Amino acid sequence: MQKRKLLLGDEAIAQGALDAGVSGAYSYPGTPSTEIMEYVMDNKQAKIRNVHRKWSSNEKTALEAALGAVYSGRRALVSMKHVGLNVAADPFVNSAITGVNGGLVLAVADDPSMHSSQNEQDTRFYAKFARVPLFEPADQQQAYELTRRAFDLSERFELPVIIRLTTRLAHSRADVELLEPRPENELDPETEHNRYTLIPLNARNNYRNLLDKSEKLEQFSEQSDLNKIHGTVAGKRGVIAAGIGYSYFSEYSQTELDIPCLHISFYPTPKRKILKFADNFEEIVVLEDGQPFLEEFLRDARGDRLKICGRLDGTLPRDGELTPDSTAEALGLQTTAHFSKPQDLPGRPPRLCPGCPHADSFDFLGEILETNENARAFSDIGCYTLGFLPPYEAIHTCVDMGASITMAKGAADAGLHPALAVIGDSTFTHSGLTGLLDAIYENSPITVLILDNATTAMTGGQASLAEVGLEDICLGLGVEKQHLHVLKPLSTEKDKNLAVLKEEVEHKGVSVLIVRRPCVQI
Amino acid sequence: MNKLNLILAGVGGQGILTLSTILGQTALAEGLHIKQSEVHGMAQRGGAVVSHFRFNDQQPASSLIPRGRADVILSLEPIEGLRYLPWLNENGMFISASSEVKNIPNYPETKQWQKEMNKLPRKLAVDAQKIAKQGKLRKGANIVLLGASSPYLKLREESILEALKKQFSKHGREIVKKNLALFKKGQQLAAS
Repeated sequence: MQKRKLLLGDEAIAQGALDAGVSGAYSYPGTPSTEIMEYVMDNKQAKIRNVHRKWSSNEKTALEAALGAVYSGRRALVSMKHVGLNVAADPFVNSAITGVNGGLVLAVADDPSMHSSQNEQDTRFYAKFARVPLFEPADQQQAYELTRRAFDLSERFELPVIIRLTTRLAHSRADVELLEPRPENELDPETEHNRYTLIPLNARNNYRNLLDKSEKLEQFSEQSDLNKIHGTVAGKRGVIAAGIGYSYFSEYSQTELDIPCLHISFYPTPKRKILKFADNFEEIVVLEDGQPFLEEFLRDARGDRLKICGRLDGTLPRDGELTPDSTAEALGLQTTAHFSKPQDLPGRPPRLCPGCPHADSFDFLGEILETNENARAFSDIGCYTLGFLPPYEAIHTCVDMGASITMAKGAADAGLHPALAVIGDSTFTHSGLTGLLDAIYENSPITVLILDNATTAMTGGQASLAEVGLEDICLGLGVEKQHLHVLKPLSTEKDKNLAVLKEEVEHKGVSVLIVRRPCVQI
Repeated sequence: MNKLNLILAGVGGQGILTLSTILGQTALAEGLHIKQSEVHGMAQRGGAVVSHFRFNDQQPASSLIPRGRADVILSLEPIEGLRYLPWLNENGMFISASSEVKNIPNYPETKQWQKEMNKLPRKLAVDAQKIAKQGKLRKGANIVLLGASSPYLKLREESILEALKKQFSKHGREIVKKNLALFKKGQQLAAS
């Protein structure tokens, strides 16, 4: 009997990679992708095999390290949330130009509905842009199996490959049947040095190679069983369902609905297959989680002839994740509510834990903001972003990882005073350091509060690379010793902390306050 | 055909994921196919948490239960379960802890949620917090509710107990024993 295991979508990818003979996993935590790396870290086989499984500073360093591993002939897995791919975009796009030796798979978890994110970007656009193939599983079993196929394809075409999943699949569990594990690759470093040396002379050759590979990949996508028609092609209406959209479609097609469906699990988009399928019908319903990627293609090609129902004509909501209920409506079915939700039921948003050190930080930071209407606190991404909400209301921005320090600097350039930056320890080592260097280089009058809780708290308490020593990092970057303070966020220390902050706000250069107390969850 | 759609609701930190794990292991041991959806990340910080849990002889397709198709709602906090009433089927069972988690400023009057719950054809309110305290296991309210809901879950009692033991064995025999006792208490309440 084959082995069955209960796995999250995230975990199925991790197990898939381990069984596909991966030698290194690289990542920075980010919901909904975090559990991929955590699974590798806790896995017995990974320990025995000594698979690389430490957190990186950020997604860019993670992907570059993985590129070094596959350059050496081994297989590597890099996992990140969708916006993490923005951080890693430079090595990502260029890794398609270099190509790879050992298999390189990027597991990217998109977050439609923005459960824990700043936007709804759809990674399929990135794959198209960089000419990188992308797998999109419908469920956990497929996530497991496609991960191995992604490694195979990566080695066959010598290209990085993306496996895309969305929050709902990342964070739902199912029983998964496992395949026989296979061994890792031997060390076999690249010997042709023009491949990975992207001076224009080499890059032009490599790019032409990539264009050739793209053509072959398009053919592969047209012919592959990864893009498959289910049911008999007949009737007036057909469905095109991608990824988890197919699992929602199946919820109804198993019992109460008989419509043919083209299930898409692989990109580049199989354009001919889609058009050939669509041309059999008067109406096509497009089910995809995320942005209307396939729908836009179909509308451009057949919008004048076919009725296309999806996110762009209002059949499905324009934003937010796809659900079984919105799918049912799009298919003309009813999911009936027999009881209604009581009116006036208050929401229960997330909040800082009782005893959280951030609450004490906001307490003294809040005083500066209250007494000085020009003061602005540029902040960042982490639990402390909850400081935006009452009762704290102590931060004014949250844009992307690391933007607190750089935005404070720019605001100071523009004449805003006092300009404060509020950033967590892990976000600081992710992408705050270079921004701080900018401020030091120009002696910008900003006050940076690094809220050091000794962990990456919001994603569940992963190691923070700041443990190597925040004071030394700051001094090394050039922060003056007399303007570097270590404070303890406690109510008993409030007056002292406020006095230091008041003084440093008036300093005509960079000040850094490391506000340090461990997270109550660790 | 053995098949169940269950919604678990509560507040981050109440042990929804633990319940979800126990149920998953139980169904797996019974040779059933499982799909369950969980909430991870920021919402777990004291916010509303929900988990959809489904099993079937064949693999359920969607990991989310469509509206109107949940057989049971199991709520660790009274107002949290009420949010998901549109998902309960016509003959669905609503089981809730009666102890309130008032970590929000505008929490409704007790009477208000009681009135809503009383409108339902099949419901059971359990003072799980009190029973957990009596059983000297402060965080055991989720297991009391598991016991109370067990007659409606279409899973064999032995399998649930086995999964319970497995879940808590790393915390020692004493904790396992206390959890088993809380499960039984909950079960008795459902029968009375």
